[in-house]
Amino acid sequence: MKPAAGPKLSHSPADRRRSNMSREFNPAALQETARRLRVNIIRMTAIAGSGHPSTALSSVELITYLYFCRMRIDPGNPKWEDRDRFVLSKGHGAPAIYAALAERGFFPEEVLWTLRDVGSLLQGHPDMRKTPGVDMTSGSLGQGFSCAVGIALGGRVNQKGFRVYAMLGDGELQAGQVWEAAMFAGHYKLDNLTAVVDDNKQQTDGLTKEIMNVHPIADKFRAFGWDAVDIDGHDFSQIHEAFQKSARSAGKPYAIVAATVKGKGVKAMETSTKWHGLPPGPEEAEAFVREIEAG
Amino acid sequence: MIEAQANRVMYGKTLVELGERNPKLIVFDADVAKSTNTIQFARRFPERFFQAGVAEQNMMGIAAGVATTGLLPFVSTFAMFAGSRACEQVRTSIAYPRLNVKIVATNAGVEIAGDGVTHQATEDLAIMRAIPNLMVVSPSDPVTTRKAALAIAEYEGPVYMRLGRQVNAVLYDEDVGFRLGRMLKLREGSDIAIIATGNIVEQALRAAAELAKEGIGARVLDCHTIKPIDREEIVRAARETAGIVTVEDHNVIGGLGGAVCEVVAEEHPTIVRRVGLQDTFASSGRDFRMLLAHYHIDCETIIEKARSILHARAVSRASIPDS
Repeated sequence: MKPAAGPKLSHSPADRRRSNMSREFNPAALQETARRLRVNIIRMTAIAGSGHPSTALSSVELITYLYFCRMRIDPGNPKWEDRDRFVLSKGHGAPAIYAALAERGFFPEEVLWTLRDVGSLLQGHPDMRKTPGVDMTSGSLGQGFSCAVGIALGGRVNQKGFRVYAMLGDGELQAGQVWEAAMFAGHYKLDNLTAVVDDNKQQTDGLTKEIMNVHPIADKFRAFGWDAVDIDGHDFSQIHEAFQKSARSAGKPYAIVAATVKGKGVKAMETSTKWHGLPPGPEEAEAFVREIEAG
Repeated sequence: MIEAQANRVMYGKTLVELGERNPKLIVFDADVAKSTNTIQFARRFPERFFQAGVAEQNMMGIAAGVATTGLLPFVSTFAMFAGSRACEQVRTSIAYPRLNVKIVATNAGVEIAGDGVTHQATEDLAIMRAIPNLMVVSPSDPVTTRKAALAIAEYEGPVYMRLGRQVNAVLYDEDVGFRLGRMLKLREGSDIAIIATGNIVEQALRAAAELAKEGIGARVLDCHTIKPIDREEIVRAARETAGIVTVEDHNVIGGLGGAVCEVVAEEHPTIVRRVGLQDTFASSGRDFRMLLAHYHIDCETIIEKARSILHARAVSRASIPDS
């Protein structure tokens, strides 16, 4: 049932909760939002002159879905204690959440153009003390996932109804801490936790399967006491279905292994491994933006 | 009345006391709960105690996440694994975001004896001290261990507290005025100052008693907070005595000795002699007192260093011609 229409007079916590219940699933609108996030990812990393644009691009549909359809959050009250949490354990993908947070109204879009500058709200990797809407400091691979598991445990101990979403990279799965955290979440049956693996199949030095193979991924999570599902990480219908299921999981944490394309939306990035830690130059950036807007 | 006991045992009792006062307190251990004594809390509050298993790095991250939800996590394991194995997690997941996590690490130093180098944390103070935002505490006896545990629970911010393994004598009355960041003066004296931390403070007191028999007045300061260090008290010792002997069951590099040297070098240069592990790995030992003596972390060495400072001062005075 929808809340009664009428002038917004108060901003009580109850109102907030209603106004921030997950939004209706509208794939066309999400696609349009995803396009805007991609444009801003290209622009901000080009201006910053460093960063990881291609790893941000592979996660755009997943992050768009979470911030614009799934999570109960309130841009006016980023520390709302009943909010759902998101931890970007693959913290180098930060430009994607910065774009999403700006689009969602946590801070003005102009802030994006300060990425990685001295004193910026937007650090090279997510910083919960500096950026409104960032729930956990992360970026040293493996660490954010443990923190996400801890947040889920805290939610349970505090008897809160929020859900915790953690995003990991496929290369990150090589870190032993990831499996310590997975074991902990499975052992304590943290069913308020969803892990999303942005499986873009590349890492800094090349293809993940050549550097240190991490597949099969879903089977590994299942072996640690999780439910797990494989999806196409760029298909909103599959994303929606998987997250719906994860919210209903009982007695087990839930892993969504999302097959993605590194650099998605920019052909030059999709077809070359050189863009992991490389931002586009100014002219390249404008060409990429035109390509994204046309796509 | 508090009796002689290992500081870690007193910590376990104090955790129960804290748990009764504060329903937000939650405890984690990495499969050493019987040694760290968090087992006492686990028995009393099983619903607020979580085993992380032998996975200290994950445990630090879990505690960081839990702290963001308003709970007050105390995390315990051996100092070796809190200070070294999980060092980066302490730094990046806990200290950097200034999360309210209390890391209480036991079985620190050479004095654990039998287990040998793999378990003898002798660099944890140096490592933890170099991490911004992190308070570093190292109490000496059961009374101050209890007071320190109560005080860090009140303090808002990340803390590393270091405890040993062996039984500790009671050095203080229970009404001693303990404040984080302020040294406690165990003995007055103006010939020499002995600044000690942790379990070995008792040896510093013994050394001062021996020195007194020779007519040497040794001031004994218990530096229970390594960071922020009590600069004022160090400068006073430097100004009012012939020199400072530092005493710790830790490498002389980077721990208490290093911290004291930094302060006097900047504020009031004086002679400092550092008693501690002389930048070496130690050995196993069946008797911890003999092991500490073998590595010259004992009463005799403190006395010898104190005498050597006074001797150096006498020589330098004698060599200056009268004007």
